[in-house]
Amino acid sequence: MFWDSLKLPLLMRAILIQLLFALLMLAPPVFAVNSETVQKLAFGESDDKVAAVASLVAEGDERAAAVLQALADGELQTAGKRVLIIKGDTALDAITGQKVVPVPTELEDVTANNRLRRELATALAALKLVSLDRSTRLAAAKELGGGAEEAMLPLIKKALASEKDPDIKPMLEVIRATLELKSEDKATRIAAIRTLSLSNNSNAKTLLLSVLEKNNDGSYLEPDEEIRIEAQKSLRSVEGRLAWGDRLGVLFSGISLGSILLLAALGLAITYGLMGVINMAHGELIMIGAYTTYLIQNLFRARIPGVFDWYLLCAVPASFLAAALVGIALERTVIRFLYGRPLETLLATWGISLFLIQTVRTIFGAQNVQVENPAWMSGGMEILTNVVLPYSRIVIIAFAALVLVLVWLLLTRTRLGLFVRGVTQNRAMASCVGVRTPRVDMLAFGLGSGIAGLAGCALSQIGNVGPDLGQSYIVDSFMVVVLGGVGQLAGTVYAGLGLGLLNKVLEGWSGAVLAKIAILVFIIIFIQKRPQGLFALKGRVTE
Amino acid sequence: MALTTKMSCLYGPRAWAAIAAAMVVVFVIFPLLNLVVPKTSAFYLSDYFVALLGKIMCYAMVALAMDLIWGFTGILSLGHGLFFALGGYAMGMYLMRSIGLDGVYHSTLPDFMVFLDWKAYPWYWTGTEHFWYSALLVVLVPGLLAFVFGYFAFRSRIKGVYFSIITQALTFAFMLLFFRNDTGFGGNNGFTDFKRILGYPIATAETRMVLFVITGATLIGTLVLARYLVRSKFGRVLTAIRDAESRVMFSGYNPLWYKLFIWTLSAVICGIAGALYVPQVGIINPSEMSPANSIEIAIWVAVGGRGTLLGALVGAGIVNGAKSWFTVAFPEYWLFFLGMLFIAVTLFMPKGVVGLVGQLRARHS
Repeated sequence: MFWDSLKLPLLMRAILIQLLFALLMLAPPVFAVNSETVQKLAFGESDDKVAAVASLVAEGDERAAAVLQALADGELQTAGKRVLIIKGDTALDAITGQKVVPVPTELEDVTANNRLRRELATALAALKLVSLDRSTRLAAAKELGGGAEEAMLPLIKKALASEKDPDIKPMLEVIRATLELKSEDKATRIAAIRTLSLSNNSNAKTLLLSVLEKNNDGSYLEPDEEIRIEAQKSLRSVEGRLAWGDRLGVLFSGISLGSILLLAALGLAITYGLMGVINMAHGELIMIGAYTTYLIQNLFRARIPGVFDWYLLCAVPASFLAAALVGIALERTVIRFLYGRPLETLLATWGISLFLIQTVRTIFGAQNVQVENPAWMSGGMEILTNVVLPYSRIVIIAFAALVLVLVWLLLTRTRLGLFVRGVTQNRAMASCVGVRTPRVDMLAFGLGSGIAGLAGCALSQIGNVGPDLGQSYIVDSFMVVVLGGVGQLAGTVYAGLGLGLLNKVLEGWSGAVLAKIAILVFIIIFIQKRPQGLFALKGRVTE
Repeated sequence: MALTTKMSCLYGPRAWAAIAAAMVVVFVIFPLLNLVVPKTSAFYLSDYFVALLGKIMCYAMVALAMDLIWGFTGILSLGHGLFFALGGYAMGMYLMRSIGLDGVYHSTLPDFMVFLDWKAYPWYWTGTEHFWYSALLVVLVPGLLAFVFGYFAFRSRIKGVYFSIITQALTFAFMLLFFRNDTGFGGNNGFTDFKRILGYPIATAETRMVLFVITGATLIGTLVLARYLVRSKFGRVLTAIRDAESRVMFSGYNPLWYKLFIWTLSAVICGIAGALYVPQVGIINPSEMSPANSIEIAIWVAVGGRGTLLGALVGAGIVNGAKSWFTVAFPEYWLFFLGMLFIAVTLFMPKGVVGLVGQLRARHS
């Protein structure tokens, strides 16, 4: 199908289809299309067909659009010398737009090769620039931003003259400038270069660079110095804007990674801070959260597909509960007996993690499972042409912030929080004044595990869900806890966001693997300087 | 430190007799059973078994090294797999170069470099065609890395779980580094397809037996050395550091150099074990550096019994024997078993198998 060969966004496809129907509905033969052009389109060689597409675009009316759309949909067919648009049982003459009865029996498809299909796609976009619907025009302008043909220039000018929309107009101007850059007239070219300087499209940069290209002997391809100077100026401004876009992108992905690290490490910080327990199975609690989300998703899809988009509302508490229950069970059966022996706890929890991984593998298989985003989380917010912020990541950042606030409220405003803080600071003293420390341990461990479950629910929305999910986060979450120090949420927050940003910034310079190595080395060195992490509780306790 | 301990103080006569018996088994009986006894005989020792035993003896050396640092000094390293792998890679570089022109591409360069379109060896491969230089690297690379890392870590008095976590970060970082093709160590395939060692073909039963005997000798040597160390005054200071580091400091000792020495020695032993491991197993790749591998080393020691040396040998034998049996018989249950082992040993057998035997004996007498 034509639609599959083009990677158009779903929205655009829908719009195209609607437009097509609209065109067919109001098919009264107001305009006639140049018959020679249509004949060339139907019977000509490949080159003729491309030329015919171009001249149809130049005509720029709705009959031409209908012909092109029909060709794109494989509905343009020939019967002898006549060119027809076959739509179901009805046939329209492509040239006049008249209904043809009876429908001829011997029909042949007008074939379109890949090159022609590409031409068609941009041609249809160009024709849609004059559509009455704003979103259709916007989509068309975006499509053309990727590459417009010279033949479309008159049409684009026409569209510009009538265009009032403040979003679409500058886009069209840049497209026009792109085309006018190839013009013969010097003044037009300079004007075009100046317009391009307002663009934030990387295509504009390529174009301007091409103006500044040099021959092999070092002389400029472009003889006119004035144009070169203008191009230099424009290039600088475009590059500056693109660089800002890149920086914004890095900042965003850094915060996004940081929020994920924060979610993964928050629970760990609580359990480690409170009990000095290194919970190696923390990653697997994250995994349990992710698998719970997967189960809830399946449940919604099977039982109540109508509200599938809101399955996360149910998955979030469910993954918290599932992980918290597993965590409490672990605390009661294993970890409780190992307090005061941190190294042994480390080994035992590692054993638990192996056990959990194999359990999940046995139940769900070793393959990754599919967790689908709700519709409202797919897609993204386009800030600049080179920066798109996916909604899923934005939601996760907000979610991490929400979890953080809730945990903070819980720790500072509730009785349980008071006990947890008390036990963290001085277990013996808390016990002396009547805090039931074993119970606090259990609840705090459940809380930490539940937060891990929430992290898993969030991770399931942006990454693979498989039995090894937790393993890939365990080292990272430890780094956050170790860097942040124990006993205060602030440390975890700064360390999580800091590491996320640092990682993404370094990635820009050195690639993902080296960035990761650099981070690990940085942490190892940092710990030398501040063995207690960024924020250490001040106290008089020695080992 | 004066040489106050003599051979006779290291072990009692019965223990020396046991060691002598082990030497006879490894040096005489196994070679006879494998090479001289005909393959049809019931007493024939298969090549597979020799390879497996050789591998487990290498692991036992790593377990000894771990016991020195964890069992006797109280420092849990989660990065010992790194030193093991580094020793293995150093030996692997020599083995790769002795493939000569017999690789798939018949180039003087290893296949993976031809594949990457490299024209010459990177600088750090210089001299690795000489066996003795590679052997020196086996000791120096893990030793130097451990010394530098340990110096800074111990000087800042990082201990407990913090130390464990940063050793884990260290091995994780190295694993990522070695997974890169551009690092020049074969990426995720690592080194394999070795053809010969010191001019002898590497896959014959005779060469394997020689490697086996050398591994056995090194293991016994390591055991005696470790025993000597822990019985000396030096070893007593280590144990004191494990039990009350502050008090050791107040008594006028600087724990830094004690810890650093045993830490570096431990890394070197791992490196040597890795170097013996690679020619016998025929492959080394970055997964040896994965944090999971290093944690497994700790469980060998914990199963056998910490701070007993003998326990390290027993533990490495039990766990790895069980692993080879499980992965053949019930591959899907191996992780269950290993996981349960971690939990059960820490909960119910804090002194390991050796401690359990001791308890049973005490009850009977």
